[in-house]
Amino acid sequence: MEAASIPVRATRARPFTALREFLSRYGLIIVLVAMPLAFTASDLAQGHGLTHIVQNLKDGVSNGAIWALIAIGYTLVYGIIELINFAHGDVFMIGSFVSFGIWGTLGVTISTGTLGVVGGLIVAGLVAMIACGALNVMIERVAYRPLRSAPKLAPLITAVGFSFILQNVGLEWLGGSPRGVDDLVRAQHVLFTVGGVHIINADVLSIGITIPLVLVLVSFVHGTRLGRAMRATAQDPEAARLMGINVDTTISLTFLLGGLMAGAAGLAYALYNTTVWYAQGFEAGLIAFTAAVMGGIGNLQGAVLGGLIIGCIQQISDDRISSTWTPAVVFAYLILIMVFKPQGLLGEETREAG
Amino acid sequence: MSGIRDFFRSIGEGWDALPQNAKRAVGVVLLVLLILLPFAFTAGGAFIDNATKALAYAVMALGLNIVVGFAGLLDLGYVAFYALGAFTIGWFGSSFYAQVNHGKGIHVGVNGVVSTLPGIHFNFLLVLVAAVIVCAIFGVLIGLPTLRLRGDYIAIVTLAFGEIIGRVAINGDSLKPFGYAVTAGRQGITPIDSPDLPGLSEFGPLNLRPWYWTALGMALLVLFVNFRLRDSRLGRAWIAVREDEVAAASMGVPLVRTKLLAYATGAAFGGMAGAFFAAYFNTVNADQFEFSFSIFILAMIILGGLGSIWGVVLGAIVLSYINTYFIPNTFKSLPHHLGLNFDLTDLSFGIFGFLLVIMMVLRPEGLLPERRRKLELTEGIGAGDAELPLEVTAP
Repeated sequence: MEAASIPVRATRARPFTALREFLSRYGLIIVLVAMPLAFTASDLAQGHGLTHIVQNLKDGVSNGAIWALIAIGYTLVYGIIELINFAHGDVFMIGSFVSFGIWGTLGVTISTGTLGVVGGLIVAGLVAMIACGALNVMIERVAYRPLRSAPKLAPLITAVGFSFILQNVGLEWLGGSPRGVDDLVRAQHVLFTVGGVHIINADVLSIGITIPLVLVLVSFVHGTRLGRAMRATAQDPEAARLMGINVDTTISLTFLLGGLMAGAAGLAYALYNTTVWYAQGFEAGLIAFTAAVMGGIGNLQGAVLGGLIIGCIQQISDDRISSTWTPAVVFAYLILIMVFKPQGLLGEETREAG
Repeated sequence: MSGIRDFFRSIGEGWDALPQNAKRAVGVVLLVLLILLPFAFTAGGAFIDNATKALAYAVMALGLNIVVGFAGLLDLGYVAFYALGAFTIGWFGSSFYAQVNHGKGIHVGVNGVVSTLPGIHFNFLLVLVAAVIVCAIFGVLIGLPTLRLRGDYIAIVTLAFGEIIGRVAINGDSLKPFGYAVTAGRQGITPIDSPDLPGLSEFGPLNLRPWYWTALGMALLVLFVNFRLRDSRLGRAWIAVREDEVAAASMGVPLVRTKLLAYATGAAFGGMAGAFFAAYFNTVNADQFEFSFSIFILAMIILGGLGSIWGVVLGAIVLSYINTYFIPNTFKSLPHHLGLNFDLTDLSFGIFGFLLVIMMVLRPEGLLPERRRKLELTEGIGAGDAELPLEVTAP
């Protein structure tokens, strides 16, 4: 009886397994390209040509470059201790605030000469990066390290707690409403035009900050002793410890690197959007986390790719649907990724998402 | 410190040693005291107001406790059920849909002025039932995509759902599926019908006693259901899933059904409390459905002790009082006395964040820990610590 029933069940289940396999392989890609393709088709049908969608994608890439920097922080930390560092978005917010504060202290404004502005940017960038890196290391020391052997719920909750604390620090620092930042780089100034698509200063700035940082980071992780220690710890902390790697220092280093990236992203965000406010970190953190998951959490290249894609989705949604719906669109994408391909575009299957 | 601990332990042991009848008698006396409590305070005063809120928060926290504490599914989007419960009473208990039935409205089980108003007006009890059903369905819908996932990923998916529902609440005035707006947007739905329950005098802003009794009744019902569920087959299945999903599945626990029932039950209680809050505040305000609310409720169950029913009630009462009484009244003037110039009410969520961190680092098992959870946590943190096993040998 049983032997007879097995082939029947197998043949019945086959179309579903085929569909399931197809969806798990291509589902995410289908979901990702659906929205841009739909709007491209509607543009073409109305005879508008491709300029509009290319403009959207260009804005998306330059905005996504900032998300990529934040996403790297998530992915590094998750890769090494499998924790969603909820406070990371707020560390990024502090980076923006520090930059804003430095310009205020140094008196750098739009009327300062080119040399002054460049100097101000470099100083602010360095201070913001160091401040965020130190903050991130401190958070790890205070809130995550004591709980390393506790159930996984515990550090996640302290992460949320720190996120709230940092938001409140931001609230006390610059008040409850968005603050305008001096447009130091003339963000909206059109640099040149390619095929009807305007390339503005902000695009050059965000991409010009992201590319070198990502290159330095990747070569650090893949080319140095410390980077190798990081990768080893990510693979197996116990084995790494046995091989003489100081796991605690390596984890601190990971948080430092993530914080440095978040600080740079904070500076870029302040210049790009010319406003800062205390709640920017929460939303940016969720967007960047979505990017990290999309690319495959734990994977550096994936985080950058995910950041660029999520930037495009966000720009298209802002422009074509409504910016009030954008968070919902991004979160809907997050859920779809979780359903179709929890391991992300470039990631491998993990225990958590299996 | 150890003196205090010994004191509490001796109380606990004394309580355990009491005969069953004596325990029951103490319970009945406490219940009667709780019911008579409002007569000791002015009918429209702050005490009853705070007590009512604390009870309603306890209902909410007990609901979240089923999902997070019992089944171990970290839900960071619990605000979704607050919103859905509140909107259920907005839809079925206000004049929001004034155009239905040609402006004459639909009335079920309501009397007095309400029965002449346009819009849909159901009796409060019916609305509560509707809220429970709506939220249970949404709980299952939100739970479905998380079934394959674990740990942090569940937290993220539920958080995303919570944010989406918050967005829909804010932008819902432009969504008109059948020509009727889904929500009133930032404007809010107001006023909400006052409950009309048999045996209770008129509900109103000046007489808060019936509100208190309603909240108390809800809290007792939810407490009863919680205890019964915890000791039932389903409750044991939840705990088994929390402790080890793979082991539970191989022992024959149906994972899908067990998890979805946890989501549905937790959501149902959240919806009930949400509907009550909307009626109590007399408005459904789309701006209050924020992530911070989910964390507020989560902080309650963490403070009290994950999975511990009395702990969660205690945590809810403590945090609710901190939020509604101490921060606005006592703490507010504190910086001023210290010569500092800032408003502590701004810091309320920073204080909650601080509390979460401190609790997790110093006392991760909560104020009144569940025995099993305490064992797990002390074993985890104090691994290799010779002193701890003595504490955890209790069955």
